[in-house]
Amino acid sequence: MSKLWAKLTGVMVMVLLLMPNIVIASGEKAAAIVIVADTRKLTGWEGWFANLYNESHLYFALLTVVTIPIVGVVLGLLADMVMSHVGIDLSSRELSEH
Amino acid sequence: MEWLYVLMPISGVTIFWPGLVILGIGVGIIGGFFGMGGAWMVTPGLNILGFPMAFAIGTDIAHMAGKSLISTMRHGRFGNVDYRLGFIMVFGTVAGFEAGAQMIMWLERLGKVDFYVRWMYVVLLILIAWMVFSDVAKKKKKEREAKAAGMEIDNLATGLEWHKTFHKIKIPPVVHFKTAGFSCSVWLPIFVSFLTGWLAGLLGIGGGLIRMPALIYFVGCPTHIAVGTDLFEVMISGLYGAGTYTFKGRTELVAALIMLLGAAVGAQIGTVATKYIKGYGIRIAFGIAVIGCCISVIMKLIPTYVPESKDILDITSTILILGLVSSLSIYIFVKMIQGAKKEIAMKKEKA
Repeated sequence: MSKLWAKLTGVMVMVLLLMPNIVIASGEKAAAIVIVADTRKLTGWEGWFANLYNESHLYFALLTVVTIPIVGVVLGLLADMVMSHVGIDLSSRELSEH
Repeated sequence: MEWLYVLMPISGVTIFWPGLVILGIGVGIIGGFFGMGGAWMVTPGLNILGFPMAFAIGTDIAHMAGKSLISTMRHGRFGNVDYRLGFIMVFGTVAGFEAGAQMIMWLERLGKVDFYVRWMYVVLLILIAWMVFSDVAKKKKKEREAKAAGMEIDNLATGLEWHKTFHKIKIPPVVHFKTAGFSCSVWLPIFVSFLTGWLAGLLGIGGGLIRMPALIYFVGCPTHIAVGTDLFEVMISGLYGAGTYTFKGRTELVAALIMLLGAAVGAQIGTVATKYIKGYGIRIAFGIAVIGCCISVIMKLIPTYVPESKDILDITSTILILGLVSSLSIYIFVKMIQGAKKEIAMKKEKA
């Protein structure tokens, strides 16, 4: 069994290394385009945001990948608190097909 | 009323933000309930709000990653996620997706394939709808027969039982999936996920629409476990997709976050609703969603034969999808409220 998991881990690593090719291969068929945000009329956070995007798509992508799960977890926990407060049991359910 | 509009800093367009929240709630409810990303529902909605289509896919995937995370957390606490099964299926899904994506590029070099791919999608959706409703009919027949014999069928009994045949194929290694409650050759989920991933890559879709019924009918998961485990996969692929699409400059993060505000509420409602609706209730509603999706794809195909119908069919198809999203969301929301009221009342009675 441990051999199987070692193999599965190996395949997982390979899959992660191959993923960029997969996503690029499956992406839109149009030629790559360069999109630059117009920052001339933007101030404050909007200006910072658009500048970050223009300076590095990589940093912007990292910001997205970090922000989305954090916001997701925070909103999820908030919703949990509300639902628990209402009195809904969030830890169990009856598994039944009909 | 300017405060109802927000400027998207990257694309430079102004969007009616409550529309994004409402769209998020709708697809959040349906996604959390059926276990899918729901890109086919989001795109027409974003289109109506005047969202630039160049950003639609990336924005949708980014919000989908957050929404699936919320739903997976909730389904996980309910015990609806078989993590071992989910991890194993990731391999097959990714490999299959790669094969499908490469194949579609090869076919594109041969000629116009979009048209054939859309028809293939229609056939697949018809097959899924047929599978769901023939399963429901068979289950009802079993119930009638059991009733006539003075017996009752088991809570987890199903109509179609193809998975039982697949479970008999014991090619080593055989793995036990504790949460899903069955043992089978590890090659079964790998093969099924490869096949569904291949179809998703070929059709250019996320794959939740195909994977969820495949988990039920081929792998043998109970409906709730199929929904939770599928969402776990959507979460992994969504996070990776969010990163790559953003890197390619195709994500409007502000819009994704606004949608996520609505989706967080919707995902909770959809997920908690699965607690109060039995497996077959989910299957029937899913079958209806598949039929709606299929009709909308057919509407996109008709203008190939009747070009003058394009405008009217585009509008009709958008109305159909948004109407379907609204109706299903309202149905799920009402069921969730009814179930929660009943549960709270029972708790009070006990106390």
